Amino acid sequence: MSNPSTDDFVRGLWRQNPVFVQLLGLCPALAVSNSAINSLTMGLATSFVLLASGLVISSIRSWVPADVRIVTYICIIASFVTCVDFTIKAISLELHKSLGAFISLIVVNCLILGRAESFASRNTPVRAVLDALGMGAGFTVSLLLIGSVREILGSGTLFGMAVLPAGFQTWTVMILPSGGFFVLALWLLIINRWQQAAERTGSPAAEGAGK
Amino acid sequence: MTAASTPLAMFRTVVGVGMLCALLIVGVYEATALRIADNEARALESAVLEVLPQAKQLRSIALSAGRQIVDAEPADQPLPAFLGYDDQGDLVGAAITAAGMGYQDTIEVIYAYSFEGSKIVGMRVLQSLETPGLGTRIETDPDFTANFDALDVAVNAAGSGLRNPLTTVPQGTKTEAWQIDAITGATVSSEAVGDLLNQSAQLWVPVLVRDAIQLMRLADREEQP
Repeated sequence: MSNPSTDDFVRGLWRQNPVFVQLLGLCPALAVSNSAINSLTMGLATSFVLLASGLVISSIRSWVPADVRIVTYICIIASFVTCVDFTIKAISLELHKSLGAFISLIVVNCLILGRAESFASRNTPVRAVLDALGMGAGFTVSLLLIGSVREILGSGTLFGMAVLPAGFQTWTVMILPSGGFFVLALWLLIINRWQQAAERTGSPAAEGAGK
Repeated sequence: MTAASTPLAMFRTVVGVGMLCALLIVGVYEATALRIADNEARALESAVLEVLPQAKQLRSIALSAGRQIVDAEPADQPLPAFLGYDDQGDLVGAAITAAGMGYQDTIEVIYAYSFEGSKIVGMRVLQSLETPGLGTRIETDPDFTANFDALDVAVNAAGSGLRNPLTTVPQGTKTEAWQIDAITGATVSSEAVGDLLNQSAQLWVPVLVRDAIQLMRLADREEQP
């Protein structure tokens, strides 16, 4: 068993970014990224669930028989999601309304069960926490990147503040579901080109790209 | 290193984890329930005051099975309704929530009824899952919301319903005070709003008009047995 390292954290941010590299958890990433604030909330909620479930699962990993591990993980994840759901409702009903069913659907986000099964259940709590923080940050940043572009082009605002001149004809398609696909594809294009270019020149950003 | 999959170990793990999770959920529920109920009550009250800004005091009401107006707790009602009174306790109007099927899910609105001239004088969408940018224009399109600044809901001679049912007409063809100008590109959502308002007004307005005299003053109610 290896020791905790910064790589556990950085991996999720960039090299194995859940959205742009692993293409995990795309359902909420596309569905609620129509504004920056929705993206941020969804990212933070998912990060919290990742962190809490990762910590608990790696702490109890030696007591969980392999045959019942999935049901145990799902039970733990679902409990934290329910807590997040209540908390968001207590903070702002408006926010809860705009995220709709997607908060509850964090339970079935493959990113969370994926990290629980492939990382948290095999590593120490410290490493699991680092991994969850990295993956959560990577997920949140990716959602914010998608959400900001969609909100700026679709509504002419960012976090609700006007950023484009009043005469700007907003692109309604950007806040519709199809806009999510357009912007995701755009970011995938940019990030893949960047990684390829970095790989050719051998800069550190390319380290492990395409692994 | 994982534990052996004996029946006892599996049972112990699943039941144990389940119980701890249940405890966690109950704990968080208890900690947030008051805040959530408070948020909901506040959201409803601010919506009422938005459509009925003259109201200073609210009386929460419901329709009984015998079509009588009775006092009710808003939290117990699927569609709460309020009578608004000013500082002197004089009736300024009613704010009624109504719901109906929209394009994707139920649309819930609150509208203000003015006894003077029997009109709907304001409408806000409380909840909708309409298509962003299209169906959501029922909330944001100023031409559409202008329909509800003075929408005629006069009662028929028999007092059993509206004289003219509210009807939704294609954009730009509104000629009568009881017609609602639809939004081109959001016809289904516009019609849904028209239909749910019509249904609710058919139910409420005749009763409100019938009992208007008794409802006129807030203080009067308390003097009655």
